Amino acid sequence: MSTNIFSRKRQIIEERSLSERSFSFIFILLVVLFFGVPLLWLVLAPFDAITTYSIKWPDWTLSNFSKINENPYALRSLVNSAVFSAGTGFLVILVGAPASYVLSRVKFAGRDVFLYVLLLFSSIVTGTAAMVPLFLLALKLNLLDTHHGVILVLTGGLIPASIFILKDFTDSIPKSYEESAQIFGASSWRILRDIVTPIIRPGLAVIFVWTFVQAWGNFLTPLIMIRDVNKSPAANMMYAFYTEGGTAILPLVATFSLLYTAPVLLMYLYVNKKYGFRFHGGIKG
Amino acid sequence: MSTTINKGSRAAKLGNSILGRGAVTAFLSPSVIFITIFLFIPAGWTIYLGLTNYKLTGFDAANTKFVALDNFLKVFQDPQFINSLKLSIIYVIGSAILGQTVLGFLLAWILSTFSARARNLVELIVIFAWIVPGSVVAFLWVAILNADEGTLNRLTGSKIEWLLRYPMLSIIVFNIWRGTAFSMLLFSAAITAIPKSHLEVARVAGATRMQQLRQVILPSARPYIYTNILLITLWTFNDFGPYLLTGGGPGGQTEVLPIFVYNTALRFLDFGYGSAIATVMLLINLFISLIIIKRSKRNR
Repeated sequence: MSTNIFSRKRQIIEERSLSERSFSFIFILLVVLFFGVPLLWLVLAPFDAITTYSIKWPDWTLSNFSKINENPYALRSLVNSAVFSAGTGFLVILVGAPASYVLSRVKFAGRDVFLYVLLLFSSIVTGTAAMVPLFLLALKLNLLDTHHGVILVLTGGLIPASIFILKDFTDSIPKSYEESAQIFGASSWRILRDIVTPIIRPGLAVIFVWTFVQAWGNFLTPLIMIRDVNKSPAANMMYAFYTEGGTAILPLVATFSLLYTAPVLLMYLYVNKKYGFRFHGGIKG
Repeated sequence: MSTTINKGSRAAKLGNSILGRGAVTAFLSPSVIFITIFLFIPAGWTIYLGLTNYKLTGFDAANTKFVALDNFLKVFQDPQFINSLKLSIIYVIGSAILGQTVLGFLLAWILSTFSARARNLVELIVIFAWIVPGSVVAFLWVAILNADEGTLNRLTGSKIEWLLRYPMLSIIVFNIWRGTAFSMLLFSAAITAIPKSHLEVARVAGATRMQQLRQVILPSARPYIYTNILLITLWTFNDFGPYLLTGGGPGGQTEVLPIFVYNTALRFLDFGYGSAIATVMLLINLFISLIIIKRSKRNR
């Protein structure tokens, strides 16, 4: 009798879990379609002899890639993007890393106030809310239409978050390495060069890739600061690949999109493989 | 014993750090200079310009005057501003709160019951959508939504000009596609952090998935959910992304506040009025940020 009830209950649970399972499966399938289908165009259209807006199995060819060479601005804009992104990545580290080290290790007077004000202002003063003074600043400092101008503005926008991430990273490393080296009489510079830098290198790599990806995709800063097509980055150049009649030159847009996207996807895969890209419950209410 | 050694060493002299006062200053100054130029000055400058009639061209350009609160009185009576504010609110609620948060949570929750392999694969697709540069994402959606050849019309057998007929819906779906990965990753960390034994107990007691969700997962994930909503509300409110897909059109139907500021100040060169709108944005940002910071202090 009691076994009967037990197996009945078990049957109900199994039926229920079966329907839950199929619901989960269908939901995930729909999500994969929603996110995957638009990406298919990016992967397939560049290799299609007749590129259209539709997603279809291509009539395979590599000839579309010659369109990139035919357009005088396409490759140059990718180079410009690389200059902006690498420049911003290096400058953010050069400026931000020393500050984040000090903020992590030295308890100077006013440190907590500084961190609070930095957090508050960096959340409030966003690129869109501050675009008017950023434009005027660039105008008055003769930074319009220059590569270093864009790099400086992008760096200014990315420094606060980079400092916070690097500070957290440094906080997680025990001070004991530095302290024991000190006891053995190593000079400060030697400790920084031979002990601190190697230890925080993964943090620096992650920050470099993060700032690189941010700058690589940034559209608003160059939109405000760059007028000369020869200095435009890929993000903005995509909007110039239209005929005089206003129709998109699809083979060019498709191949360019793939070339423009590939570097950041590869960087992500590399960082993910080497350092593992996941939140570890660090961001909490 | 060890304390005596420490007292005589450099550590005690330099305040328990390997750096002296000069080095500390040198390490901090570049960042302080950048932060002053690119955060503090722009904030003050925006508010100041909002109180003037500064224009780059026209009669007022040569005669910039202090107009006190005129711009701000004008802002709240300007139907274009009211329209933009409304669109921004719809954009935030639709794409950030209902879209990214709900979809991100469902994904993290359901994927937590999948094998690691299936989970990594699905996550990778969602993360790719997050990393692809915005300009490319915009074009992928232009292709999907195209009236004649677009995939959406092919699937539904219609001929709708989606970007013209449903522009707001289009930018909302576009932003959900682009941004869900962050919420998914955050919630996935939150669900992983729940002790396995809690879920085990619920399962042995015969709780359905829904009951496990309500009684175990939601209560422990709640702080993450609030943080996520606040953070992406702030980001989405300041997002210039819709410009990539619709340019604010057609006829201002997707002109969210960031695009309205851009059009007013940098296209029509009315810096004074543009800054007044930007100041309203700064105040809304301040309000959201203060809630975020207060919450994170309380939970620490």
